[in-house]
Amino acid sequence: MATFDQELDASGLNCPLPILRAKKSLAGLQAGQVLHIIATDPGSVKDFEAFSKQTGNSLLESREEGGKFHFLIKKS
Amino acid sequence: MSDEKRLAIIATKGTLDWAYPPFILSSTAAALGYETQIFFTFYGLQLLRKKLALKVSPLGNPGMPMPMGMDKWFPVLGTAIPGMQAIMTAMMKAKMKSKGVASVEELRSLCQEAEVKMVACQMTVDLFDMNPADFIDGIEYGGAATFFEFAGEADIVLYV
Repeated sequence: MATFDQELDASGLNCPLPILRAKKSLAGLQAGQVLHIIATDPGSVKDFEAFSKQTGNSLLESREEGGKFHFLIKKS
Repeated sequence: MSDEKRLAIIATKGTLDWAYPPFILSSTAAALGYETQIFFTFYGLQLLRKKLALKVSPLGNPGMPMPMGMDKWFPVLGTAIPGMQAIMTAMMKAKMKSKGVASVEELRSLCQEAEVKMVACQMTVDLFDMNPADFIDGIEYGGAATFFEFAGEADIVLYV
């Protein structure tokens, strides 16, 4: 797994909370820094793709591991 | 006018289940960079109360799943039994909590944090003799023309 600057554990949270928490966390980062999000909501896979497209923050990685979803988002 | 995308929602319903769409969509739109406004009218004004007492009603709601297959064999009139609404509301809240679905209060405060503009329909407030002191802070009052001022420039307009 690539390096990241901050981690957000959104496990157990359902739509739209993982997105809203991620947005909040990204607001505290500098441009170029990377946020690692962990989620259990299967809907978050498509949602983080859509979030990334619409906000311009690039989704560097999206993968499933041990029943959890991991995302790396770089702040634009 | 900014080049931000805009979302306008009219919220007309005052039940627990119907409180979700306006607040989920507005908070998410705000996170995606939309400028968002919700116009609360008629029963939708219940969603602006400081102390929410929203209920879910199985009455007249044939699509609502009920525990233990009750929706299959329970007579329709049974849903009108006193206390049924309270039972269904408690069950729905417990289910939402167990599935990690945010409460309406939480989503609403996330909307406020994200500066979603909330407008209460002045006519309905007067019609039902509602007290603005019962509503959360930071809301504005206006009428249909106020709604169109924003909606006319919106990319998406939803009626809930």
